[in-house]
Amino acid sequence: MSKQYKAAALISGGLDSLLAAKVMLEQGIHVEGINFFTGFCVEGHTAAIRKKHQDKPKRNNALWSAEQLGIKLHIVDIVEEYKDVLINPKHGYGANMNPCLDCKIFMVNKAKQWIEENDFDFIITGEVMGQRPMSQRKELLPVVANESGADDLLLRPLCAKNLPQTKPELEGWVDREKLLDFHGRNRKPQMALAKEFGFEDYASPAGGCCFLTDENYASKLVDLWQARNERDYEMDDIMLLKVGRHIRPKPYFKLIIGREEGENKFMQGYTKVFTHIKTVSHAGPLCLIDGPVDKDDLEYAAQIVARYSQGKNEDAVTLSITRDKEEPYEVTVKPLSADDIKQEWHV
Amino acid sequence: MSEHTLDARNLLCPMPVIRTQNKVNELSDNDTLIVSCTDPGVINDIPAWCRINGHEVIEIKEADDEIVITIKVIHK
Repeated sequence: MSKQYKAAALISGGLDSLLAAKVMLEQGIHVEGINFFTGFCVEGHTAAIRKKHQDKPKRNNALWSAEQLGIKLHIVDIVEEYKDVLINPKHGYGANMNPCLDCKIFMVNKAKQWIEENDFDFIITGEVMGQRPMSQRKELLPVVANESGADDLLLRPLCAKNLPQTKPELEGWVDREKLLDFHGRNRKPQMALAKEFGFEDYASPAGGCCFLTDENYASKLVDLWQARNERDYEMDDIMLLKVGRHIRPKPYFKLIIGREEGENKFMQGYTKVFTHIKTVSHAGPLCLIDGPVDKDDLEYAAQIVARYSQGKNEDAVTLSITRDKEEPYEVTVKPLSADDIKQEWHV
Repeated sequence: MSEHTLDARNLLCPMPVIRTQNKVNELSDNDTLIVSCTDPGVINDIPAWCRINGHEVIEIKEADDEIVITIKVIHK
């Protein structure tokens, strides 16, 4: 009986990795998925924090892909290790704060470690030559293989015919003739293959899967680093960059103001560790304060928060302020006018 | 066969799934894991993770913005 070879597939939840894994399954390869969680991954239900997105599917697309494929999925938390990739990318950033090439090298390297530990034979990815400007250019695909240490154990089933043969092909573990030659940004071949395989409800083709490619998110991250005077972050920081209205009235502190009930509820979980402000006399948002503040700063912050409450046009709004682990106290303030909230405060 | 608990409240998906996965990997067949969560995404994601990995979801309870999922561990 011939050996069944085993491949670890990097599963992002997008169409390409779904197809790449399916192409391998069709060749009788045993495939298991690996999904790396960096903290910056865009998931449908992250948006579910906000009530207005409740009509959107709340599924995790990587899990959904694995279920469609009938394979196991190993979700790996790389939040801590990923910091160095983001903070010190050897190959630099893309259009925003996305270190795509370093990210891919890092993930393939982690996958290489995983196959060694789990007795798998090779790695597959859904990369398509020329599809992405930073990490999937023809001249950069070998860089990923070389710098990750995966070398010829990295197979890209969707564009393998455009690339030199890898060990799984040379050794006959897989049939190169049944691999594909996709290239460029045209998504029609992937869509046609998805149809052939019977996949209909896949994640949006070529949709961004990382908050770091988002201009607004990236600007909030840069603001955070500038305010703290160091390029570092904790998990809570990067989660809170995804929610609320971020307003920085002074260089040393910012307000994170919930935009609706879902965000207020999510932010409630952070009130044990953040100084926070709630409106008392009127319906209004929850606000977390990030940065060192004194009593005057908090009163000023309360005026800003009041601006976003139902009492924004009143002469007086009462708010409750809870600082660190102290007892809450109330202040009554006149809300700032719309003109007082300077445009440049919005991060 | 023993019962275990996991507090995954105030974590956003996929962290509750990752914590569940890592905890389940420490447990034995027929052990029960009770996971408390607040992210509504877990209602889809933890059962999906269980299905693809062969574990059984015994119960999902929702009350007061908290979701409690009980899993029977079945290592294939």
